[in-house]
Amino acid sequence: MIEVNRQGEVWVFAEQQDGTLQEVVLELCGKARELADRLGVTVGAVLPGTAREELPEQLIAHGVDHVYVVNDPRLEHYQTASYARILSVLIEKHAPQIVLYGATATGRDLAPRVASAMQAGLTADCTDLEIKDVTDRKTKTVHEKLLLQIRPAFGGNIIATIVNYDRWPQMATVREGVMPMLDPDPSRPGQIVEEEVALGPEFFPLKILQRHVEPRTVNLKGARVIVSGGGGVGSKDGFNRIHELAGALGGAVGASRAAVDNEYIDKGHQVGQTGTTVRPALYIAAGISGAVQHRAGMEESAKIIAINNDPDAPIFSVAHYGMVGDLHQLIPMLVKALRDRR
Amino acid sequence: MPYDILLLVKQVPDTANVTAEAMRDDGTVNRGALPAIFNPEDLNALETALEARDRYGGSITVLTMGPPKAADILRACLYRGVDRAILLTDRRAAASDTLATSYILAQAIKTIGHFDLVFAGRQAIDGDTAQVGPQCAEKLGVTQITYLEELVSLVDRTVRIRRDTGNGWEIVEAELPILATVTSTANRPRPEAVRKMLRFKKARGETELAAEVKAELRDASAEQRNEEVQRRLTTLGEAGLRIEQWDLDTIGADLARCGLSGSPTVVYRVQSIVLTKEGYTEIPATEDGARQLIHELVVDHTLG
Repeated sequence: MIEVNRQGEVWVFAEQQDGTLQEVVLELCGKARELADRLGVTVGAVLPGTAREELPEQLIAHGVDHVYVVNDPRLEHYQTASYARILSVLIEKHAPQIVLYGATATGRDLAPRVASAMQAGLTADCTDLEIKDVTDRKTKTVHEKLLLQIRPAFGGNIIATIVNYDRWPQMATVREGVMPMLDPDPSRPGQIVEEEVALGPEFFPLKILQRHVEPRTVNLKGARVIVSGGGGVGSKDGFNRIHELAGALGGAVGASRAAVDNEYIDKGHQVGQTGTTVRPALYIAAGISGAVQHRAGMEESAKIIAINNDPDAPIFSVAHYGMVGDLHQLIPMLVKALRDRR
Repeated sequence: MPYDILLLVKQVPDTANVTAEAMRDDGTVNRGALPAIFNPEDLNALETALEARDRYGGSITVLTMGPPKAADILRACLYRGVDRAILLTDRRAAASDTLATSYILAQAIKTIGHFDLVFAGRQAIDGDTAQVGPQCAEKLGVTQITYLEELVSLVDRTVRIRRDTGNGWEIVEAELPILATVTSTANRPRPEAVRKMLRFKKARGETELAAEVKAELRDASAEQRNEEVQRRLTTLGEAGLRIEQWDLDTIGADLARCGLSGSPTVVYRVQSIVLTKEGYTEIPATEDGARQLIHELVVDHTLG
């Protein structure tokens, strides 16, 4: 546990596999940047592993100011004990106020071990994060600029906002694919900080005998809320709007075939006859005209909202609510309307 | 060699099957009305424990923390062949977050004493955090192996486990003791055995027994009832039908680390999401429209 402090950085655990950063890490860098700017502090990333120059550079380009590198060949493949030790030692040393992990299998294995060692709070699988002043209802104390950790809970039947008043750092794992990724800026300045953490053999209790890596798939089936974008989104950057709205609703990101064909997002997100068939509680289709192949994959959704600038788009025929207009203007309005409710 | 196996289980509201009866008039879920079930992945952990015992020998102690009625899932474990059942129930443990819960469970495990393998479900369906397993492992100072899909082998003190890595799998080897969390893909939990069910359906914990005695002996004094409870507990114990009931004092817990005071995370706000099918409504493409749509979704209980 560390003391509440106002200078501490916002940290990201830079999870890598076989020398490649997980996509969610880069998404988190952008979010960490936004939170840090709100707090007036810098962004740090902790990168355990073996020496690779391009990874710290990639982190810095995505918004990190300080990359804390721990080089040790034994760290090439993740195991809980050594990684948890590194995080705990560096958190004690640098006292970050916020630490974010991707809600990957590894992030969800590591973060609770660190939280337990630090006796700090941890919120799992967040879909949105904000900085806000919070009044403790019991003591009437105002806690300035706390991290609101927003996540679906209770089987997706509720969205809970979790805070951590005094036992810091404020830590959360964050669902993959819900935070928009910022465009990298290779000219951004940043610093690589070499850290040394003493790791005896007791921190490597596992022998990894065999490893098998398979291509990833997105979990659309299990999502209660899905926000999908189509060809009408217009660009890969524009697709961040879809991520934003999905995050604010605690939902997953889907796509039409046109969005996948235009390479706005990868195929794992595709909803429709050739993609995944979904029936979430709430389905929002933005910039999707609604070809029959797409409708076949989503028309069983309990509630459908269509956003399209063509009032004659077939998607409206299966929608419960429709908004005719530019999604790039409408989605921010929806996100704002949602946030104003909190 | 016989192994001491511990199993952690939780009774949860059935969040996956929200029925009409569990809906309030305002469209939100009445959590109290949801049926209480055996957390699904804890059944996979139970099966893993049973298979390990059947293959390598040893005994299984199951531990749960919850209200007195959580004894239901302990009986469900006894029906499948678990050797010993412990119910940890204490109002002072209410509102514990994952950190406080793992502290309490770890204290209980230390009270049980020696163990070689601890199994738990990957996560519970009411919170979906998957945090309590790793946090317990840290508090016990043992190696954690999350997302177990197969216990490959156990030779003397060396275990091999195949675990899901999210985008593939790996086989790891570790020395005992370990704590493993088990995923739903690990196995198919066996059904309850009829003969064991007949035998263990009378298994009771103290609070359950006290409620039964109170209902049966309405005119008796508190003292008489208590004597009757103790008498029945002794009889149950002799027949191997007693569910041991512990509280925070039994495990020597530091109360500051339990319940609300032991929980760093605070639920600041909860919004309900509920769904009903409505007709198509056109919303103006303006800021007011956006607010109206969100408002509509609130009014018709899509958002809470």
